[in-house]
Amino acid sequence: MDIRAGLLAGNKRAAARLITMIENGDPEAIEIIKENYAKIGKARIIGITGPPGAGKSTVTDKLAKLVRKQGKKVAIIAVDPTSPFSGGAILGDRIRMSDLNTDEGVFIRSMGTRGALGGLSKSVHGAIKVMDIFGCDYIFVETVGVGQSEIDIVKVADTVLMVMVPGLGDDIQAIKAGIMEIGDVFAVNKSDREGAEKTATEIEIMLDLNGMTEYRPPVKNIIAKDNKGIEELWDAIEKHYEYMVSSGNFSKRRQNAIETEILEIFKQNLLDKVEKLEKKGEYLSDLIKKVFNKQIDPYTAAIELSNILNKEGGE
Amino acid sequence: MNRPIRVLVAKPGLDGHDRGAKVVARAMRDAGMEVIYTGLRQTPEQIAEAAIQEDVDCVAMSILSGAHNHLFPKVVNLLKEKGGEDILVVGGGVIPEEDIPGLKEAGVAEIFTPGTPTRETIDFITNNIKRD
Repeated sequence: MDIRAGLLAGNKRAAARLITMIENGDPEAIEIIKENYAKIGKARIIGITGPPGAGKSTVTDKLAKLVRKQGKKVAIIAVDPTSPFSGGAILGDRIRMSDLNTDEGVFIRSMGTRGALGGLSKSVHGAIKVMDIFGCDYIFVETVGVGQSEIDIVKVADTVLMVMVPGLGDDIQAIKAGIMEIGDVFAVNKSDREGAEKTATEIEIMLDLNGMTEYRPPVKNIIAKDNKGIEELWDAIEKHYEYMVSSGNFSKRRQNAIETEILEIFKQNLLDKVEKLEKKGEYLSDLIKKVFNKQIDPYTAAIELSNILNKEGGE
Repeated sequence: MNRPIRVLVAKPGLDGHDRGAKVVARAMRDAGMEVIYTGLRQTPEQIAEAAIQEDVDCVAMSILSGAHNHLFPKVVNLLKEKGGEDILVVGGGVIPEEDIPGLKEAGVAEIFTPGTPTRETIDFITNNIKRD
């Protein structure tokens, strides 16, 4: 299969294979992205996050359908957790998106976290790029069900939609640091349940305390399974985008994302070099032994490791 | 390259019993596979399209309604049409012995009937997927 030609011709199998190659660390995938990098940046990236069972997949499904009515091409990247024990995963987000399956203008890809802890997979960056080259206008990125601190989505999305549900805890949960701080738009899903208004009010109170002046995240009550409130929610997402662009925060956020990405790649390259170095001589193992025997401390060991790396080049 | 095998577990047709599919999915997860679970009542088109988008190595379908002779080969053919001829297709569920040769002829690599240890299914998939 010619992945390069297929990707540009809109062949889903080619795009799908390229994402697999990225997930598996195939260097050829990086080459293909490099060649096409100038084309990247047109797609809007909308992050969807929230606790497990809040209805992220259902909300994503409804939003995608709405956007499809405007004739836009949509990608959905849905992340579910990988087992820390077996390395396997059950990726079940598609269950809620069945009728999008056969829509020509929709591409859904499920990913396991494969060890990443921030609510995404480290291949998400690459998958977004593939979808962008592939010509998608909107890319929805659905995180794993998050707890309190999985905030990596803010580093990739232009707009973060936080999907909440009634009855998860008292108002102190809302003022803790972490995920509640990264929402650009809040949706209280399952608003036919008891406590929905209270949850919305608690989020509003939290936002009051933020004292933000320029942009205040809206809070929308929705019932995703009945398609209630979805249009209003989409309007809120569009308004956030308009604000981001007019305030200059759009390019600022994208630059932050690029910064994060460069540093991540840099770190990974460095770790790869250490791994290669380790194959040549057991430098790291020696340092571990020395620290264990209290001959040196971990701080000194880290400096020694970089000295060895500089000398040996890690090649 | 060390990579997890990706399997689409799907329930084509109209029966609403996915206990078996879920047990197999769970066993696959524990064997280190990435299982994309698509849920009940999937059409062959939905299954084939999902398999392409997810770039899976294998499509594993379970059916209890008796429509296997119609639905399994349909998925095989749709996969071929979409360029997924290298995707391994296996089936499971309540399938009479006499139907198995025909299904194999139609391109279903193996049929696992009730009572098959999950390990057997997993080993078959691991040994028969067509990509490294």
